Amino acid sequence: MRPTSQVGMFEIFGVPSTALFGQLLIGLINGSFYALLSLGLAVIFGMLNIINFSHGAQYMMGAFGAYLLLQYTGLGYWPALIIAPILVGITGVIVERLFLQKLYKLDHLYGLLLTFGLALIFEGVARNYFGSAGLPYTVPESLRGGQNLGFMFLPNYRAWVIAASLCVCIGTWFVIERTRLGAYLRAATENPTLVRAFGINVPRMITLTYGFGVALAAFAGVMAAPIYNVSPQMGSELIIVVFAVVVIGGMGSILGAIITGFGLGVIEGLTKVFFPEASNTVIFVIMAIVLLVRPAGLFGRRG
Amino acid sequence: MERVVEPLAKPSMLRRQAETIGFVAMVAALVIAPFMTYPLFLMQAMCFALFACAFNLLIGYVGLLSFGHALYFGWASYLSAYSAKAWGFPPELAILTGTATAAVCGLVAGSLAIRRQGIYFAMITLALAQMMYFFALQAKFTGGEDGIQAVPRGYLFGLVDLRNEMAMYTVVLIIFLAGFMFIYRIIHSPFGEVLKAIRENETRAISLGYKTDRYKLVAFVLSATLAGVAGATKAIVLQLASLTDVNWPMSGEVVLMTLVGGLGTIFGPVVGAFVILVMQFKLAPIGEWVLVIQGAIFVACVLLFRRGIIGELANKLRIRL
Repeated sequence: MRPTSQVGMFEIFGVPSTALFGQLLIGLINGSFYALLSLGLAVIFGMLNIINFSHGAQYMMGAFGAYLLLQYTGLGYWPALIIAPILVGITGVIVERLFLQKLYKLDHLYGLLLTFGLALIFEGVARNYFGSAGLPYTVPESLRGGQNLGFMFLPNYRAWVIAASLCVCIGTWFVIERTRLGAYLRAATENPTLVRAFGINVPRMITLTYGFGVALAAFAGVMAAPIYNVSPQMGSELIIVVFAVVVIGGMGSILGAIITGFGLGVIEGLTKVFFPEASNTVIFVIMAIVLLVRPAGLFGRRG
Repeated sequence: MERVVEPLAKPSMLRRQAETIGFVAMVAALVIAPFMTYPLFLMQAMCFALFACAFNLLIGYVGLLSFGHALYFGWASYLSAYSAKAWGFPPELAILTGTATAAVCGLVAGSLAIRRQGIYFAMITLALAQMMYFFALQAKFTGGEDGIQAVPRGYLFGLVDLRNEMAMYTVVLIIFLAGFMFIYRIIHSPFGEVLKAIRENETRAISLGYKTDRYKLVAFVLSATLAGVAGATKAIVLQLASLTDVNWPMSGEVVLMTLVGGLGTIFGPVVGAFVILVMQFKLAPIGEWVLVIQGAIFVACVLLFRRGIIGELANKLRIRL
């Protein structure tokens, strides 16, 4: 499939360069998803003090949103990239209004349990209607093909995924850290009562924050659809890895979440080249080491 | 802020009486039950009940939510099954081997997880369990997708043939009751009181001079070990160890059982385990909808009755647990 014959081959540590760069690329792709998802988790955790266990299911819903839009309305990838996250974000707003709002005065663990239950519901419904086999979603016309970089072959779609997720991540960081809206958000995280006294509708801000975090997950899901198959269980295993990413990075810093996400994706990709048996577990092993050396996480405050 | 578990009142006469009545009723029911329904189902249910009780020791009495208890249950079940089948261990040694495995896993995972609190603790336990799931998936001895099948039940102490359903039932009943009473003793010991103090206010417990990390670690290892007893016994009863026992949905299931029965109640996890297993058994024909129903029960429990079945019952009868 990959026209390796046209690409210059050389060896690095006894590994063909195409294999190395190929896995590095896959690592960056996975890293894009880790970064987008852990960013969403961090944003939600910052405002709601809840770990959103249904994040993986909402990523899956984004992918299914794209699939269903194509099947029933004929809308392709580009409209789906906007519409699916908005629709899934709206379901997030409903979930926050109906359920999560009732939990803020309780122990944080109840939020985890409730969103875990929601994840089971979403995944169960998807499995009932679509089975557990993956459904294909094709790469959009405009992003087919790829570039020969001399040392490797770069498919256009994969380059787009990395670039788009970097832009969204940095955009989110910019909004939260450098704008007035972000300042309100950060203030409401620190002291909601005081921010309310200034006439800002904090409950609505919390609702919209959850909706935005969920929409980020769905956005990642739409981008993932052409790479992995669209399947009901695509989110559940991914979310556990993302939890490990969040433990490693700590949720105190937006930029930290982005760097950790991409970095771990690359490390995972390299592991696949040099020590393939460990590629599934390397992130968890790194988590254990970080807990031993720096219990608060690389960018986190103690907590 | 409302705690996961309501604070305990002083042990009252009423509570003691209720516990005694409950215990006698439970033993009586478990002695009569095999004559009324499938012994195999009851044995499985008792293993899960012990598993849920072990999990409850952490969430209910130390306030630590472990989202990775399948690790101890599943790995104990693998080692128990493997030592019985490949090494020809008698059942009592096989169960001990499985239990020891769970204890070691608990010690390692616990000493990592207690380095962080609250939500991070839950995520770390889940991630470590997932790592061990991948090891189970890749290791040769676990049999991958097939698991370890046709595990011999063997002869207990070389004498009692456990292929006899009633003999096996008696053994499981004894293991379950011993585990249950051991947990009861832990909870009502001075050690258990310190655990509850940590649950209520860890900072205060530290300022009183308790090394809370050590207490948490011991509680974690005890919980993992007892979960291991349950998993190891289950492997001998069902003659099977598989990936299902070690995968994350199993960790979720034990949380659900405990939540339904009542977090921090002594009988809650037992009732919860039986309720969930009966539900799965009855609903098996509708396939994947079971997942949806389980999710809905989670949501309903968290929103409407956080005390669980036993907790609500005690509340109705005005017994402070």
